[in-house]
Amino acid sequence: MTRELVRARHIAGKAAHAAVLVFFVTFLAFPFYWMMITTFKANQDLYNTANNPYVFNSPPTLQHLSVLFEDTQYVQWLLNTGFVGIVVVIITLLLAVPAGYALARMTGAWAQTLGVTIFLTYLVPPTILFIPFSRIIAVLGLQDSVWSLILVYPSFTVPFCTWLLMGFFKAIPRDLEDAAMIDGLSRFGAFIKVVMPISVAGILTAVIFAFTLVTQEFVYGVTFITASSSYTVSVGIPTFLVRGDVYFWGSMMAACLIASVPIAIIYNFFVARFVAGFTMGAIK
Amino acid sequence: MKSTITATVGKTRVKDSLLSRVADNDRWLWRAMLAPAILYIGLLVGFPFLLSLYYSVSSITVASQDVHFVGLENFRRIVASGTFWLSLQNTIVITVVSQFFVLVFANILATALVVDFRGRWLVRLLILLPWVAPISLGSIGWLWIFDSIYSVINWTARAAGLLGPNQWPIWLGQPTLARASIIIVNVWRILPLATVIVLAGLSSIPQDIHDAAEVDGAGFWRHHFQITTPLILPIMLVALLFGIIFTFTDLIVVFVLTRGGPYDTTQVIASWAYFTGIQGGDLAGGAAISLFLFPVLAGVAILFLWLARHTEVT
Repeated sequence: MTRELVRARHIAGKAAHAAVLVFFVTFLAFPFYWMMITTFKANQDLYNTANNPYVFNSPPTLQHLSVLFEDTQYVQWLLNTGFVGIVVVIITLLLAVPAGYALARMTGAWAQTLGVTIFLTYLVPPTILFIPFSRIIAVLGLQDSVWSLILVYPSFTVPFCTWLLMGFFKAIPRDLEDAAMIDGLSRFGAFIKVVMPISVAGILTAVIFAFTLVTQEFVYGVTFITASSSYTVSVGIPTFLVRGDVYFWGSMMAACLIASVPIAIIYNFFVARFVAGFTMGAIK
Repeated sequence: MKSTITATVGKTRVKDSLLSRVADNDRWLWRAMLAPAILYIGLLVGFPFLLSLYYSVSSITVASQDVHFVGLENFRRIVASGTFWLSLQNTIVITVVSQFFVLVFANILATALVVDFRGRWLVRLLILLPWVAPISLGSIGWLWIFDSIYSVINWTARAAGLLGPNQWPIWLGQPTLARASIIIVNVWRILPLATVIVLAGLSSIPQDIHDAAEVDGAGFWRHHFQITTPLILPIMLVALLFGIIFTFTDLIVVFVLTRGGPYDTTQVIASWAYFTGIQGGDLAGGAAISLFLFPVLAGVAILFLWLARHTEVT
């Protein structure tokens, strides 16, 4: 092979690599770019089909943001989402941390079966359970209350986080607890005093994922809640702002952007650990 | 007097030994630590699921006081409806087509991401956005992109000369285009997760395998299909199973984009169960419809269990 040919192939490889990345980044990130452009566009610019939609033909405006924050219950929805998220995260940790540890340290054939069974319950989707739940929530008198969501959301966060934490605890060497137990701690004492402090990163990962599962949930929210003051963000925007024929695109895109991007940035830091925990049981 | 003291001492000793027995005896400790989670899951997944089975053979509605057993009447009614077959067909077509593209794209993208290059973290952040953002909000972004009058896709195609003066596709208003739109959004939604999973598989292949292939003179394609692909097959299956579950059971994309329209041509099982059971108040019918999702889920679950038992990939 001549030197020129090697060089040409190298450049072609680089170009193909760049082309693949540009194509997929455009496809995957475009809707968010579009939300951002729309958020700051004046209405007369937005609704003029003669204008180039990619640039600001009129100066950027904050008008849509002020509509969103002053004329809708968006802030209330954000607060509801935060409240539901925090309470669900606490319930999830109380249930999933001990369960995940027990599953990680149990021996015997049925320990693994039990772990996989708990994970499989995560795969039972809300779309199978929402109809019986709608009745249960009505009987309990919780419809239109965020407490209905707080009751139901752990049904998917607990299996998920138990699985995630099980993988995390398995990675901690048993010797640490054994040493602590020789020093006189009970197994449970060793868990509380030795394992928990070094598991902070794993537990934080579980917190992030439980919280994002809550912010993403839609089916139960739309089924249980019809009072707009109790909506969460992911339900409030599509059901309250997309109604009838008038779409406030600027405000809606702002609402979507504000609720999506901060989570995405936090998520990015935890994604490697998430994937490790997520796929661990299935491939190891 | 003496006997009371002994009794009290006895009691504390019993209490003590019970606590320390649980704290020190692994078997009891595991049971105590697992019980709350299993109880909660049993109550909030198992019980509603059984209730759903019961509803599907009953006459329950949102308003009904008097509920009775009707056998398979609800299922007969559903199967007799044209909307059912349309929904089933849509659900299958949307799942199969979108997962095909997801699998192909995820492999291409993960292969491009596994090598190091400048700005990789930014690319990773950007491609993860669709999966991380609430899906209902991402779908609203697409609703605006597919807008009948202001669609940016149509504007761009016209500016590029791809659309004639009288051509202006109504993305969500024509059955075929509406189905295509829903498939696009599903690919968009699942691709990041699949890519990240495949990427994890690629990164876990030991470097010496690649080196050996290099020494043996395998070219890019040969290397990719004869060495890399077989090694990451199990993890690709994991990505595929998740993709199938999330797409097959999803109602959000259809709910936000088309509400099943035009004329139920984009209705899927999950959305039809919602419109029947919740908006139509026919809880029995809705429960019966949603149960049609179950056979596929059970199949996927069995595959997962099989995978957990039979693959050993490091």
